[in-house]
Amino acid sequence: MNLVRSHILVCTGTGCTSSNSLKIIEAFERELEAQGMAKEAQVVKTGCFGLCAMGPIVMIYPEGACYTKVTPADVPEIVSEHIVKGRIVQRLLHMESDEGGTATSLSETTFYKHQLRIALRNCGVINPEDIDEYIGVDGYAALGRILTEKIPPQQIIDEILASGLRGRGGAGFPTGRKWQFTHDAVSPDGVKFVCCNADEGDPGAFMDRSVLEGDPHSVIEAMAIAGYCIGAQQGYIYVRAEYPIAVKRLEIAIKQAKDYGLLGDNIFDSGFSFNLELRLGAGAFVCGEETALMTSIEGKRGEPHPRPPFPANKGLFERPTLLNNVETYANITWILNNGADKFAAIGTPKSTGTKVFALGGKITNTGLVEIPMGTPLRTVIEDIGGGCPNGKKFKAAQTGGPSGGCIPASLIDTPMDYDSLGAIGSMMGSGGLIVMDEDNCMVDIAKFFLEFIVDESCGKCSVCRIGTKRLLGLLTKITEGEGTLEDLDTIEELCYHLKSSALCGLGQTAPNPVLSTLKHFRDEYVAHVVEKRCPAGVCKNLLRYTIDPAKCKGCTLCAKNCPAGAISGAVRAPHVIDQSKCIKCGVCMDNCRFSAILKG
Amino acid sequence: MGDEFVKSLEELKAIRDRMQKQVGLRESDENTIRVVVGMATCGIAAGARPVLEAFLEEVNKRNLKDVTVTQTGCIGVCRLEPIAEVYVPGEEKVTYVKLKPEMVPRIVADHLVNRQVVTEYTIGAAE
Ligand SMILES: Cc1cc2nc3c(=O)[nH]c(=O)nc-3n(C[C@H](O)[C@H](O)[C@H](O)COP(=O)(O)O)c2cc1C
Ligand code: SF4
Ligand code: SF4
Ligand code: SF4
Ligand code: FES
Ligand code: FES
Repeated sequence: MNLVRSHILVCTGTGCTSSNSLKIIEAFERELEAQGMAKEAQVVKTGCFGLCAMGPIVMIYPEGACYTKVTPADVPEIVSEHIVKGRIVQRLLHMESDEGGTATSLSETTFYKHQLRIALRNCGVINPEDIDEYIGVDGYAALGRILTEKIPPQQIIDEILASGLRGRGGAGFPTGRKWQFTHDAVSPDGVKFVCCNADEGDPGAFMDRSVLEGDPHSVIEAMAIAGYCIGAQQGYIYVRAEYPIAVKRLEIAIKQAKDYGLLGDNIFDSGFSFNLELRLGAGAFVCGEETALMTSIEGKRGEPHPRPPFPANKGLFERPTLLNNVETYANITWILNNGADKFAAIGTPKSTGTKVFALGGKITNTGLVEIPMGTPLRTVIEDIGGGCPNGKKFKAAQTGGPSGGCIPASLIDTPMDYDSLGAIGSMMGSGGLIVMDEDNCMVDIAKFFLEFIVDESCGKCSVCRIGTKRLLGLLTKITEGEGTLEDLDTIEELCYHLKSSALCGLGQTAPNPVLSTLKHFRDEYVAHVVEKRCPAGVCKNLLRYTIDPAKCKGCTLCAKNCPAGAISGAVRAPHVIDQSKCIKCGVCMDNCRFSAILKG
Repeated sequence: MGDEFVKSLEELKAIRDRMQKQVGLRESDENTIRVVVGMATCGIAAGARPVLEAFLEEVNKRNLKDVTVTQTGCIGVCRLEPIAEVYVPGEEKVTYVKLKPEMVPRIVADHLVNRQVVTEYTIGAAE
């Protein structure tokens, strides 16, 4: 007799696994056995809850108590207190979930309250390594209904069109139209392909990884449906090899789906067959670009080539190919099960549904969030994210990673949707959201993204290969205090040239971080160039530590601790820093108890 | 997981129904009836554990969805243990006291299924 009354969900997403959640699972299994609870409580591995900074995460149902930063040493107490006696272990609760003493449910915390989980609906809820759990939340019901009722492909495509779903991989192209083009395209031998882009190259992004780790079947089911719609029998998931957990979960999921006959020949006795294979990418950013991705799947070097022809007509192995992003697919069965109208009612008229963001940088609650499109950036930063740590002032947020742009604090009420972000020179991107506070230098940020681009440019076209290097050179010059006002004009010219002449999206979008920081923070660039000053105090060459003689008490502490012997002065008399000796380590500033040392 | 092929909606539904209850435990939506058994030291000493098990057995036997059985700490009236509180959405909480496993099937049948409070087992009757 099954007496399970409690489920212990342990996050085995990448973040929590690296903070040792597998050891916690072992500890739970051992303790439940030792305390005679093994029959009543079940340990379930799940995907990411989105609270990675607080990991490892353990959720216990039916109470919905969310424990954070759990260690194996905490496990005996959780079992004896929570599982045996039903007493929540307060000290391990998620920091805000005990507001008012009673809200032990995660969904009541401000972190979750503003969120709406569609793409992530099963992440942290089901065990991704058990297909039965996915079926238990209506998994494969959409595929089953479509195949057994022989719903015409056009009807499904119309439903996707009506939902307003747009690609979540970056460009935001309407998904229904893409399916229509590939459906309509004629293949010489009838062969077509369905591909999934799980390359996720944007540094700091991990939305797609979390979906694959937490709910791989939702992507598999959607790809099978896409195959049925466009007339493809073979699909490929292109996933980065640096995602070992996602790869393993996908392998398990594909095998289980095959064992059930939900992939393979004659699915649901309908005559429709669909097979799926994984292809591992070596992690080059450019391989996320659609034409490069396809040449890489073909086993060749992943290099972009000009479009047209578009993949919908001539893609993988020269056949019509549908390519969508992981998160795009993760929305499909939700739309088919709940109706296009319901999806279209979420978000804004032109950006329907939700978007998943990976919140990172200078933000209290780093992690994964899914919000209705059109949610103001302010809600994400202040409510969900809990603001910048240590009371620092929010300065800007970067969306779209190295292809995107920044949103300055003055535009914090911008709605997060495709068109509003585009209008202010940023972009939705694939979901990276990096927060910057007053201590970040915007020239330095632009330089950081450009360094990434210079490393990742495939070098096929010279505008990109040479242009990005020149841009980086100019930015470096500015951060070193050697820049001139003319350099700013040269930068802008170079940017426009790159945008218009680079072959692929990588080169075309590379100038975005530079242009948007230049647009919103021009005064900061000017301060570097004209006043030779870095207002945020980041660029070392422009940094000067000085002592305010009015505040200095002459305690000598700074002089004793300066590693360069740059500080001199008599006891009880104001000290001075010899700029030619100072190596800008900041030790003196940390030591002075009278706030007499100034940076700038 | 069986190694049978899933070839029809009925077969898919059979797996779903079997799993839905298990996964459903994790959705604490507003329609769920909660049975909370006091399981602090005093409750356990008074025999709360067999009561809790009896609830689990009855709920499973009748295959009730939308019901969760959980335990809690000391409810504060140790002399009346074992105690169980039943929360039906939209209704006042009902507290049953001095429970024995034999009393549980009736609470499940009358209260959880038919929404009739078993008045003679409640705290009001005992006081
Ligand atoms: C340099 C570059 C890198 C890209 N990287 C990714 C990526 O990692 N994941 C992704 O889904 N799309 C990426 N894209 C966008 C894809 O080319 C393509 O538009 C997308 O996968 C289509 O899926 P969607 O319509 O569902 O968004 C990248 C594009 C460029 C130009
Ligand atoms: S724009 Fe850059 S990344 Fe793209 S093809 Fe040209 S060199 Fe390669
Ligand atoms: S530590 Fe501060 S107060 Fe003391 S000598 Fe240095 S600057 Fe002056
Ligand atoms: S910044 Fe470092 S090197 Fe410069 S004066 Fe202070 S302690 Fe000395
Ligand atoms: S990996 Fe555990 S919450 Fe994200
Ligand atoms: S890694 Fe654990 S919360 Fe994301």
